[in-house]
Amino acid sequence: MHKEVIIIGAGPAGLTAASQLLKIGVEVMLIDRNDLVGGQLTKQTHMFFGSEKQHASKRGIDILTMLDEKLKQYPNKLTVFTQTTVVGLYNDKVVTCIKDDRYFKLSADAIIIATGASEKSLPFENNDLPGVYAAGAVQTLMNVYGVKPGHKVLMVGSGNIGLIVSYQLMQAGVHVVGLVEAADHISGYLVHASKIKRLGVDLWMNTSVKKAIGVDSVEAVEIWQLDDQWQGIPGTEKQLEVDTICIAVGLAPLTELLQQIGAEVVYIRELGGNVPRVNKHYETSINNVFACGDVTGIEEASSAMIAGEITGIETALKLGYHVPNHTAKLTQLHCDLDTLRQGPHGSKIRQGIAKLGVQL
Amino acid sequence: MIEKTGVPTRTQILKEFPDLIVLKKPKAIIECYKDIPCNPCDTSCPFDAIHVPQDINQRPQINFDKCTGCGVCVYHCPGLAITVRQIKADKAILKIPYEFVPLPQKDAIVKVLDRSGKHLTDGLIKQVRINESQDKTAIITIEIEAKHIIEAMTIEVPYGS
Repeated sequence: MHKEVIIIGAGPAGLTAASQLLKIGVEVMLIDRNDLVGGQLTKQTHMFFGSEKQHASKRGIDILTMLDEKLKQYPNKLTVFTQTTVVGLYNDKVVTCIKDDRYFKLSADAIIIATGASEKSLPFENNDLPGVYAAGAVQTLMNVYGVKPGHKVLMVGSGNIGLIVSYQLMQAGVHVVGLVEAADHISGYLVHASKIKRLGVDLWMNTSVKKAIGVDSVEAVEIWQLDDQWQGIPGTEKQLEVDTICIAVGLAPLTELLQQIGAEVVYIRELGGNVPRVNKHYETSINNVFACGDVTGIEEASSAMIAGEITGIETALKLGYHVPNHTAKLTQLHCDLDTLRQGPHGSKIRQGIAKLGVQL
Repeated sequence: MIEKTGVPTRTQILKEFPDLIVLKKPKAIIECYKDIPCNPCDTSCPFDAIHVPQDINQRPQINFDKCTGCGVCVYHCPGLAITVRQIKADKAILKIPYEFVPLPQKDAIVKVLDRSGKHLTDGLIKQVRINESQDKTAIITIEIEAKHIIEAMTIEVPYGS
């Protein structure tokens, strides 16, 4: 099957890119390996930040419903493949997929990579015991499938994911025993930290996991304080009785498909690791292959949705479509992105983009 | 300090409060202690009492003369950082955002917690409000002794078993 544009990844960036393309009149194929489209939005039960334009104060799951409604207006132009894993990407814009154990080929004139990111792991003794989870996995279990991951949880990491998932665990009736953070300060929004602290969850700075303890699954965890070189301090160990250790220590962009086709990828720590070298049109070093969302640098979903809109418009322009008022629209979208990246929490992404050397 | 504990200092808290005499009428207390890109408190306020500057990363400013304590901002704030407080004779009336089930029942006595999660006092549930426009964030009205007007922050939630 051939369509004008294939979008790989139907998260916040992929969905808004699709929505823009369809509005312009471009045919789109949207591919996602999960059961549902929406990416992280499927499990975001909390209200979003930002301004009204980014649906601030709305819950992620409700933003997904709104985006989905928009796509449903174009049944003839849009094909969606869920539970479909892209296993190969080729320079002639051929995409090979696996769905239901069946292998098939799709092709397009342009491809947008919106694969997002994967969760980083943390090395410690027994980190392969059942009961050690990534925070995103816990969020999926609870908020998508209605399954409690355990009864007593230690959260590792004080970024927004660690803070938000702690709160959502409590909403699900799970006891959060505490939260450890290796750095000397809370890295996520303080309002999220205050929300769990006032409900009795202690946040321990300069602290990490030494080891998980248990025979068949986690029965306890040993934490210890870290020195200023992030090394554990012997004698500070403390044992906590938990059945779940939830790891929220950051995300890494999923660039494998881009590397497969030889797109130029650079390592930028502030953006989360290897990211494609995109130009200001979000096009990678390969002609007609674009990238947007967390795969180009780890940010909030609000930013991914704006980047998706920009990429949708840029892709349509590249394919020769006429987009009314595109200069004004793009200027406004870039301006909105800049706004979200201001302030202390945007400093990392600003530094990362500066290293990339383009105006994203 | 709040960057390490999640708990603001008393100085930080007091900066967000008006003179206690002003709290004879209900007023929103906004506890947004760090710049984040966000402005629903401003856009949701029906009385134009809350202002977030053009750069939405800057913190909101409240005009207590305009604020009626209606509580609309309480359920619009994504950080659940706003409460409404009032002093009525020897009682303090606190309106808080609440996102747990089951909801407390009217007339129940509940444990009232401070910003660090410590049991501060007991309070009486005066009202439990949840309607569609609140989008699943209930507003709980609690009556406590007036002396706890500043320290009280939330009520115990039913987590754990």
